Amino acid sequence: MTAGAIPAKEGGSFSHVATAGLDATHGVVLYLEDISVSFDGFRALNKLSLSIDVGELRCVIGPNGAGKTTMMDVVTGKTRPDEGSAFFGQTIDLTRMSEAEIAHAGIGRKFQKPTIFEQHSVFENLELSMKADKRVRRTLFSVLSSSEKDSIAETLRLIRLNDSADRVAGLLSHGQKQWLEIGMLLMQEPRLLLLDEPVAGMSDEETERTGELFVSLAGRHSLVVVEHDMAFIEKIARKVTVLHEGSVLAEGPMAQVQNDPKVIEVYLGR
Amino acid sequence: MSATSGRLYGRKGWVVLGVFAFILFAIFPVLSLKISPDSPLHLSQYWVTLIGKIMCYAIVAIAMDLAWGYGGILSLGHGLFFALGGYSMGMYLMRQIGREGQYQSDLPDFMVFLDWKEFPWQWWNTDQFWWAALLVVLVPGLLALVFGFFAFRSRVKGVYFSIITQALTFAAMLLFFRNATGFGGNNGFTDFKRILGLPITTPETRMVLFVCTGFFLIGTLLLGRWIVTSKFGRVLAAIRDAETRVAFCGYNTVHYKLAIFTLSAVICGIAGALYVPQVGIINPSEMSPANSIEIAIWVAVGGRGTLGGAIVGAGLVNYAKSFFTQVFPEYWLYALGLIFILVTLFLPQGVMGFFNRKNK
Amino acid sequence: MRTLLLAFFLAASPALAIDRAALEKLASGDNDEKVEAIGALLAEGDPEAAAVLAKFAEGEVVVDGKAVEVVVNNRLRSAVADALAALRLLSPERAVRLEAAKALAGGADASMLALVRKALEKETDPDIKPLLDLTAASMEMASGDKQTRLAAIRRLGESNSPNSRTLLAEAATDSDAEIRIAAQKSLREVQGKLAWGERAGLLFAGISLGSILLLAALGLAITYGLMGVINMAHGELIMIGAYTTYVVQNLFKANFPGAFDWYLLAAVPASFVFSALVGMALERLVIRWLYGRPLETLLATWGISLMLIQSVRSIFGAANVQVENPAFMSGGIQAFAGVVLPWSRIGIIVFAVAVLISIWLLLTRTRLGLFVRSVTQNRDMASCVGVPTARVDTWAFGLGSGIAGLAGCALSQIGNVGPDLGQGYIVDSFMVVVFGGVGQLAGTVYAALVLGFANKFLESMSGAVIAKIAVLVFIIFFIQRRPQGLFAVKGRAVDA
Repeated sequence: MTAGAIPAKEGGSFSHVATAGLDATHGVVLYLEDISVSFDGFRALNKLSLSIDVGELRCVIGPNGAGKTTMMDVVTGKTRPDEGSAFFGQTIDLTRMSEAEIAHAGIGRKFQKPTIFEQHSVFENLELSMKADKRVRRTLFSVLSSSEKDSIAETLRLIRLNDSADRVAGLLSHGQKQWLEIGMLLMQEPRLLLLDEPVAGMSDEETERTGELFVSLAGRHSLVVVEHDMAFIEKIARKVTVLHEGSVLAEGPMAQVQNDPKVIEVYLGR
Repeated sequence: MSATSGRLYGRKGWVVLGVFAFILFAIFPVLSLKISPDSPLHLSQYWVTLIGKIMCYAIVAIAMDLAWGYGGILSLGHGLFFALGGYSMGMYLMRQIGREGQYQSDLPDFMVFLDWKEFPWQWWNTDQFWWAALLVVLVPGLLALVFGFFAFRSRVKGVYFSIITQALTFAAMLLFFRNATGFGGNNGFTDFKRILGLPITTPETRMVLFVCTGFFLIGTLLLGRWIVTSKFGRVLAAIRDAETRVAFCGYNTVHYKLAIFTLSAVICGIAGALYVPQVGIINPSEMSPANSIEIAIWVAVGGRGTLGGAIVGAGLVNYAKSFFTQVFPEYWLYALGLIFILVTLFLPQGVMGFFNRKNK
Repeated sequence: MRTLLLAFFLAASPALAIDRAALEKLASGDNDEKVEAIGALLAEGDPEAAAVLAKFAEGEVVVDGKAVEVVVNNRLRSAVADALAALRLLSPERAVRLEAAKALAGGADASMLALVRKALEKETDPDIKPLLDLTAASMEMASGDKQTRLAAIRRLGESNSPNSRTLLAEAATDSDAEIRIAAQKSLREVQGKLAWGERAGLLFAGISLGSILLLAALGLAITYGLMGVINMAHGELIMIGAYTTYVVQNLFKANFPGAFDWYLLAAVPASFVFSALVGMALERLVIRWLYGRPLETLLATWGISLMLIQSVRSIFGAANVQVENPAFMSGGIQAFAGVVLPWSRIGIIVFAVAVLISIWLLLTRTRLGLFVRSVTQNRDMASCVGVPTARVDTWAFGLGSGIAGLAGCALSQIGNVGPDLGQGYIVDSFMVVVFGGVGQLAGTVYAALVLGFANKFLESMSGAVIAKIAVLVFIIFFIQRRPQGLFAVKGRAVDA
């Protein structure tokens, strides 16, 4: 996908947040530059710089405490960086926006622990996360249109939960919950998907299908996958970033990263 | 407790509601006004007042259930909102006394007693019913809006929120205990004579107030039911269960919480305004932290997240209270304490949950 | 006391002739004349006058062996009281003179000036002389003679009592310009001296309230701050501590009246143990089943508090009970002019510090402390490495409750003990813990002191209720700005 392929204004009629739409003219969807975050003297991120291209599937690995989750916290507005800049496309400054605004702008996030609405049905979970006007007054009077119902049905098929649409989400298996959460992200029609350990607790078969799903999503969406499961990474990865002590240690194709002596020392070789 | 979508009620629900309305609006007025006081079927003033009072409490319980049962916001300030509504109405009722007070002054007795010469600013225009009615809605509503805005924006939630709303209520109680605040200090307002020019103690006026309360109760129930069955209600319940996820879905959770908290406060204010003319007194003890916590237990007894349960809970606990305080006054606190403990330990879904489980 | 004194005077005095004219005035003059007559009777310091005045106060004057009934109003009665005190100024006993001087220091009628001057000449005691000096000056202030008044104003300027400030403030608005200027000058001097005493007094009041808040909140800092249990019955555990002190006091009164002063030594451990036992029972029976459900815990513990209040009402009655201070806790020391520091308050400050140090040692130096800290940091991990988490919970809750009991024991020394005692402290204690930062013992200490000072400072400006409201509103807004309290712990957001 080449630069400028994305229309500058997309879904503007839905969004109430004053983002001028995503401007990805240089083919980059996410820029992080010199981001630092510290907690009580502990530096979780140390001048981290990273950029993700439009339609890319990027895998991020690194030992525990390398700053993977904190990086996602910064991108989604949960943690404010002490210094550095974070831009979504060319123009949207993520460090100044609330979580909800960032979500509106088109960044979806999946947590380490699956967080779905356990008391709601699977259908309602998808309905709530669907891209729509999310202001208080509108939700009071909102009625699902048939195209919206179709889009929910389509996602249900994609995540293979079409038989469980009316089940209470809390009763799903762990793997199904992970999938439901991915489905919820897709309903938001995000430009960028952040996935924190998406296959943890899945069976081999589920893992395999998740990999296929991600590969098929790349291109339409940009994906950042944080994972410990190296077999899974090897299967889906095109470009891998290794984080260590809050900054980028190595970056490149899987084979190149695996042979990098620095990486072997801190992570793979242990 | 699961969020429900679709229609307000099924056929059974409407039938129950219809019967309830028929009893309130047809049978009770007839029993109270048309049956002679000697007949055993006569509904005495005692019962009219008691049921009217409990209906006001039930309205408060519904408001609490909307905020707590659906929104996960356990406010210990609902007693305050209730009292503020009551005081707003009380000011109007005090003005309606006119010169019939002990000192035969335009000013209420307590102001004469304090040697005040004119009404303080808070009392401006309170002789107008429309203004008092506006205050009933605006005072609790604005307080909840401002307080909630600051609290929710800084992500004060859960027990933390409960504790600071309790502090707010406590501070307000201290404020209202002062004579200088201008609301009658310790004694508050009492000895009302008229409302809208009608004598307030006649059985007819009482029945009018009773029926108004009944209408408002059913209205609140339907409004609440409509809210929780809308997408708004599902978002609210989602905030209760996983607030961060909702925010990452693109909802501004502060607005949702603020909306339900403010609405809940306004409903409480109106309930307070209906309560004061029926009970005939309002004083700062209504604001004591204990009262606000008691509201929560009505909801818990009935079953959180079932609006009907709030009515059942308010009815059961308050009936038990009036029974105990007459028959074994010294055991009421034991009973109430036990209700608190037993319900939280053994009936987390309340009475409604218990029956729903049995039906399944 | 008074009768004894009268007897002493009557016995000691030779039968001097009482001024006949004065007696007649006393019997039949108008009120002004009567006051004058009282002064005249005193002028010579004749002890027999005491007997006459005492009878007069009861409404009888004996003239020439004949009793005459007189009407005595409040003004005359207080004149007689002052007169009798003035007479005692001449007593050979130091304690009696000191008391009399103190009684008169509040200001007495100018008619007694002669007697006070006479006493002043003889007086050598360093405690009594300044008091008398002040009394004389205040009487001279009321006199008509300008020079006398000016001299008195200068003398008052050298003193440092709040009374002279009041007198000078009055004179500072006098119609005579010279007196006005002199009074203003003296007033400034007095105020300069008094300001330090008042600041010190405010400081002490702040520390004192801070230590009370600290005691009330320390237990909560453990049960809520460390364990995360919302215990709304915390106030009632304080109340139980206070009632335990009351029971121990009664036991001492009944069984060891001689050792009554030492009952506190027994009451301290007793209140700790009893409240701790109640707390442990609650943890075992109720709270244990509600871990992880804070809102339910709040409701259930509120229920417990209602039952505890009612139990105490059933056992001890709804009225307040009397807890007496032991002798060494009553009275106080005069630190500055006009500032008395009560021993009971000083005792509580020392006690709060001692409790604080013990808790700190307990948490950092003992095995129980280690277990408590490990369980509060990571319950699953602690249980993995063999810490008996359930038992640790019970002990930790018992510890927090015991400290509440100690707070109750301390509070019984300075305030009323009644079933509602705890209700007054629950909001305050939570505010202290929340303001200081949940889970921060040091934060709790700072918060208690800050709130104590803030409360007392505002109180000195705007009255107690407004001060309390202002502090509550301040905390509410502070928490909204900094939800983690004074001592925030920033960390990676782990919750989802």
